[in-house]
Amino acid sequence: MSFLRRRRGSDDPAPDGTGKDSDDDKFEKPRWGSGGKKDKEVAPVRARWSCMDSCCWTVGFICSSWWMLLFIYNTMPASFPQYVTEAITGGPMPDPPGVKLRKEGLMAEHPVVFVPGIVTGGLELWEGHQCAEGLFRKRLWGRTFGELYKRPLCWVEHMSLHNETGLDPPGIRVRPVSGLVAADYFAPGYFVWAVLIANLARIGYEEKNMYMAAYDWRLSFQNTEVRDQTLSRMKSNIELMVATSGGKKVVVIPHSMGVLYFLHFMKWVEAPPPMGGGGGTDWCAKHIKAIMNIGGPFLGVPKSVSGLFSIEARDIAVARTFAPGFLDKDVFGLQTLQHMMRMTRTWDSTMSMIPKGGETIWGGLDWAPEEGFNCSARRTRNNNGFPGPIGKVSVDNVKGANYGRLISFGKDVADQHSSKIDRIDFRDAVKGTSIANTTNCDVWIEYHEMGVAGVKAVADHRVFTAGSVLDLLNFVAPKLMKRGSAHFSYGIADDLDDPKYDHYKYWSNPLETKLPNAPDIEIYSMYGVGIPTERAYVYKVAPMSDCYIPFQIDTSVTGENEESCLKDGVFSVDGDETVPVLSAGFMCAKGWRGKTRFNPFGIHTYVREYDHAPPANLLEGRGTQSGAHVDILGNFALIEDVIRVAAGATGDDLGGDRVYSNIFDWSEKIQLDL
Amino acid sequence: MASIRRRKPGFSDSEEKVRKDESLADEIEEEDEDKNNGKDKEGRVSGQLGKWKKEKKVKAPRWSCLDNCCWFIGLVCVIWWLLLFLYNAMPSSFPQYVTEAITGPLPDPPGVKLAKEGLRAKHPVVFVPGIVTGGLELWEGYDCAEGLFRKRLWGGTFGEVYKRPLCWVEHMSLDNETGLDPAGIRLRPVSGLVAADYFMPGYFVWAVLIANLARIGYEEKTMYMAAYDWRLSFQNTEVRDQTLSRMKSHIELMVATNGEKAVIVPHSMGVLYFMHFMKWVEAPAPMGGGGGLDWCAKHIKAVMNIGGPLLGVPKAVAGLFSAEAKDVAVARAIAPGILSRDFFQHQMLQHVMKMTRTWDSTMSMIPKGGDTIWGSLDWAPEEGYLPSKRRYTGNGSQPIDDNERKESTHRPKVHYGRIISFGRDVAESPASEIKRVDFRGAAKGYGDVNASCRDVWTEYNEMGIEGVRAVEGYKVYTGDSILDLLNFVAPKMMARGSAHFSYGIADNLDDPKYGHYKYWSNPLEAKLPNAPDMEIFAMYGSGIQTERAYIYQASPSECYIPFQIDTSANDEDENSCLMDGVYSVDGDETVPTLSAGFMCAKGWRGKTRFNPSGIRTYIREYDHAPPANLLEGRGTQSGAHVDIMGNFALVEDVMRVAAGATGDDLGGDRVYSDIFKWSEKINLEL
Repeated sequence: MSFLRRRRGSDDPAPDGTGKDSDDDKFEKPRWGSGGKKDKEVAPVRARWSCMDSCCWTVGFICSSWWMLLFIYNTMPASFPQYVTEAITGGPMPDPPGVKLRKEGLMAEHPVVFVPGIVTGGLELWEGHQCAEGLFRKRLWGRTFGELYKRPLCWVEHMSLHNETGLDPPGIRVRPVSGLVAADYFAPGYFVWAVLIANLARIGYEEKNMYMAAYDWRLSFQNTEVRDQTLSRMKSNIELMVATSGGKKVVVIPHSMGVLYFLHFMKWVEAPPPMGGGGGTDWCAKHIKAIMNIGGPFLGVPKSVSGLFSIEARDIAVARTFAPGFLDKDVFGLQTLQHMMRMTRTWDSTMSMIPKGGETIWGGLDWAPEEGFNCSARRTRNNNGFPGPIGKVSVDNVKGANYGRLISFGKDVADQHSSKIDRIDFRDAVKGTSIANTTNCDVWIEYHEMGVAGVKAVADHRVFTAGSVLDLLNFVAPKLMKRGSAHFSYGIADDLDDPKYDHYKYWSNPLETKLPNAPDIEIYSMYGVGIPTERAYVYKVAPMSDCYIPFQIDTSVTGENEESCLKDGVFSVDGDETVPVLSAGFMCAKGWRGKTRFNPFGIHTYVREYDHAPPANLLEGRGTQSGAHVDILGNFALIEDVIRVAAGATGDDLGGDRVYSNIFDWSEKIQLDL
Repeated sequence: MASIRRRKPGFSDSEEKVRKDESLADEIEEEDEDKNNGKDKEGRVSGQLGKWKKEKKVKAPRWSCLDNCCWFIGLVCVIWWLLLFLYNAMPSSFPQYVTEAITGPLPDPPGVKLAKEGLRAKHPVVFVPGIVTGGLELWEGYDCAEGLFRKRLWGGTFGEVYKRPLCWVEHMSLDNETGLDPAGIRLRPVSGLVAADYFMPGYFVWAVLIANLARIGYEEKTMYMAAYDWRLSFQNTEVRDQTLSRMKSHIELMVATNGEKAVIVPHSMGVLYFMHFMKWVEAPAPMGGGGGLDWCAKHIKAVMNIGGPLLGVPKAVAGLFSAEAKDVAVARAIAPGILSRDFFQHQMLQHVMKMTRTWDSTMSMIPKGGDTIWGSLDWAPEEGYLPSKRRYTGNGSQPIDDNERKESTHRPKVHYGRIISFGRDVAESPASEIKRVDFRGAAKGYGDVNASCRDVWTEYNEMGIEGVRAVEGYKVYTGDSILDLLNFVAPKMMARGSAHFSYGIADNLDDPKYGHYKYWSNPLEAKLPNAPDMEIFAMYGSGIQTERAYIYQASPSECYIPFQIDTSANDEDENSCLMDGVYSVDGDETVPTLSAGFMCAKGWRGKTRFNPSGIRTYIREYDHAPPANLLEGRGTQSGAHVDIMGNFALVEDVMRVAAGATGDDLGGDRVYSDIFKWSEKINLEL
């Protein structure tokens, strides 16, 4: 109170035209306030205490307090936050894995290669247009995003690739950042690889035996070699590390899309030049000890379909990183979405994650490997709340979730039995020339060329499975898919010895390639489970307007009961929030297990799942037991596994498989010729 | 106005006496308006206020000093934010616009100019940074360095050294015996172009060159920063970090992916490092890289040495002897003034000395070639050099007339050969008049200085008064005897150093002993590779006074480094080379012209025994011109050791060669100093 009063007093005095006397005024005021006897002398020189002054006062007060706190914070011993955390959570924090394992006597042994995923690697500007002046060698992606807010359109222009070649547009060169800094932190305070790096450093790793294979994640995999020679670089660096560390083979740790990138690399390095790296068929056997895939979308992710189709998967990483809400249609209108769509569609790499294997893997109209999955069962187990009965009830309900139908138009369609759905083939439908007035639209996406007839044809097909989703994308975005089909393939090989599979477009598809001849390699599939993950969508046709994306997820559709997997128009399934368990685990659980035609030399595979537990309190940040797609890189159990393998352990030393989900059951249901 | 008034009653609402106040306040407001009309009513206003005040006395507010402070800080903050906002809202071309308005249009940066000429990226470029300029980051440290993991201890913010100076010194030091990491500390070079593009925020090293190269199409795949831990001896960078192997692998990769040979651009000590590399890569494993004798011919198009101390720098001696060369980069970088004795006493200097003495690399720059190169008691190649003459030619305004030249002959001859002299009289008197007592056999007394006062250890503490006297008694040290001096005052350090570096001149280069790596960085004891197509450039600034010889005195104090430069030795004469106890000569502020230029001017010119395959050499000097005004920053025509990296003429030369030009295309030699004349005077068997 006293504080308030003091302030009010300062607001009260009568005005005085001259600001010059304000200094005197400050000294007079106390006297004037504390006792009236000197008022008469004081009054003539009294200055006005205006709103401006109060503002200054407030700001000054805040600033001073801020500085004071900052000073205290800086003088605080570095261990103080930890102390507080320990005091609150009770009991000492567990040692980070690096410290723990160091005590056990583990030391750096095998060199380590990180292969970052999509989105997480920084990109910097090397040449740009006028509007990007001053951003030379500054990050356009990652960190501050080149102060995107100052020039959003300029930014979109620079981040886009050429629409036809999928390479640089003329006059613009955006290049991946190199070194560990490329992906240790994505934005200030948001770690990606930093935790893993720090823990590895504890047992003696440093830059000479850790290598971040950063690449331009916007390009198709083969184009990274064409433009930047990234694959050659990676090969040369791995060879160097093996040579300088006394012949110790490397442990490769790809994350997310990096998993596919590294599959591509392994085929590339064996293939003869000019298409390949000419390392010979024993290169992998000579240089690689283990591949520890983290959250790898081996068989693609449904999210990428909705991303390409309507750039809508609400929490797709691309959109999320912009800060939640930014992309919200209600705030920015569709225009922003369209710009985003136009930009992301120039990125060939997004097409690497379209679901692979079609209906054999992802399920048909009335069948899916995950059917019977009970969303609430997992949830309840995490909460430790509900015992069995509810799980039993829901088993009867869940038949309704037709995961095989990746895209359905309308909830009724999603639920109906396939025989009851009227479908009209869209493939030959005539695309009307755009009836919508496109002159107002300053962005170009292929939807403008499709016209009303095309939209209707798509909607009339009602249901799209993993197989027909490809046709759908070919229909709505023919140019995009034409570019993409030169670099990626989504099928299942009948005969892997067919010479056509030497083409690089098959290299990143585990269902169309053989693993290398390296029986000593170990392949791990490490991923989080226990988080609902997008698996199928309910769509609707958007109302007509001038410039629009004609389809959107029908967010009004939500399951009636708590156990339903349908929420906001999205059917979800077990996974790590981005990659469904099936995609991350199937190859190691079944496709490559033992000697199969995809793994002719019997490379050992292990499935390591990490059950998601959200951080107990805010002080834990993103948690040490997280199973989420990116946060899992800070999961202590996972880090420990990685460190042990890097220090020489084998998969059996780790304890073989570690499974929480139904991955083996689901894999069994998939009829894939092995 | 209206809003302000409306607020006042609002503020008073919660009070008991509000109503009265309010009515009064309203009255006052009316008065306000009156007052705006005319000031004659002021008296009445104050009277009213007084009355009002008396009633309010009980809860009267106080306007304290604290409030004033807050007010003031608030004002400053607001103004600051306002300016910051304006600055940010300003188009980024604004500063350039202002500069142009003041100085007239700026020349295009070389990158833009050459891009217009149609030059495109051709040869991959390798940068080899020098001592001090490369960043070092912490990978493992003690508790006191907590939170600095992967933060720069050297470069950037220096790991906030001011917060924990001793901790910092401890982490920056190497092991005193092995010259490698101390137990429990791992400090590693930063990798990538960021390692040395900026030394500190705003202080460029390679950034200008990189930016200009980028204009003609270079990017990270065609540019490589061969960052190494510049504290280690050259061979140890390979032993500990495999830096040389890394460099070899990278160059091979870049040559393979681009199909063109590499252009190497070493700077400062990087020049010696690259000399070492060229010998290393040819030598068979395990000591060498096993690249074979034609590796350089296959992979290197040109070596463009910038400010290379090929024959060492006298500054290194002063640095090792007393940590004192005032502007030695090591000391300067820590921020001018901190090292000043007057503030921190010798203690600070001693800590720095202890630290720098653990760095083997500092010994790579001790003057090489002894008296033959650097001159003896009565002779030096640069003698007769007139600093003022250079100054005039630099400005191009005042021609040198004969009078001046004549005058100079009357002046006492400067004995540059005497790198260290004790006392000014000694420095100036003829050799025959100097009484010297040999110090080499002198017994070192055991520290009779008060040993308890030292918490740092330098070898001086073991030397004692006897040793100090003996050193002083020898009076004068030339290029040869300076080595003996260092061996005497710092035997442990030199024992470590002599395993990695050598400072002599080879009699017979085919002697198998020269296969040892300690000779590889000395151009006088190593042959250039067999690569006749290669070109070697010596590019350096000239026209700046550069330390060449010192006048020392024994310094009397208790905890001390027993020698210091006699800064009182000064010449009033403008033409003098003596200032603050330092004789200077032409150079780039750090490296004398002789050291940077001799090998390319004479030692390697044509086919000599040091250059058996006849690699072509070129000398490119850049005359120093200080920045015309503050807006130019560190200038575009600077010749100073580090600032030269922003010299447009040099940048242009590098770019032309990178885009495919040869030395002859550039116009061959470009010389401002007397380097050829001086080189002639050196009697070195070639």
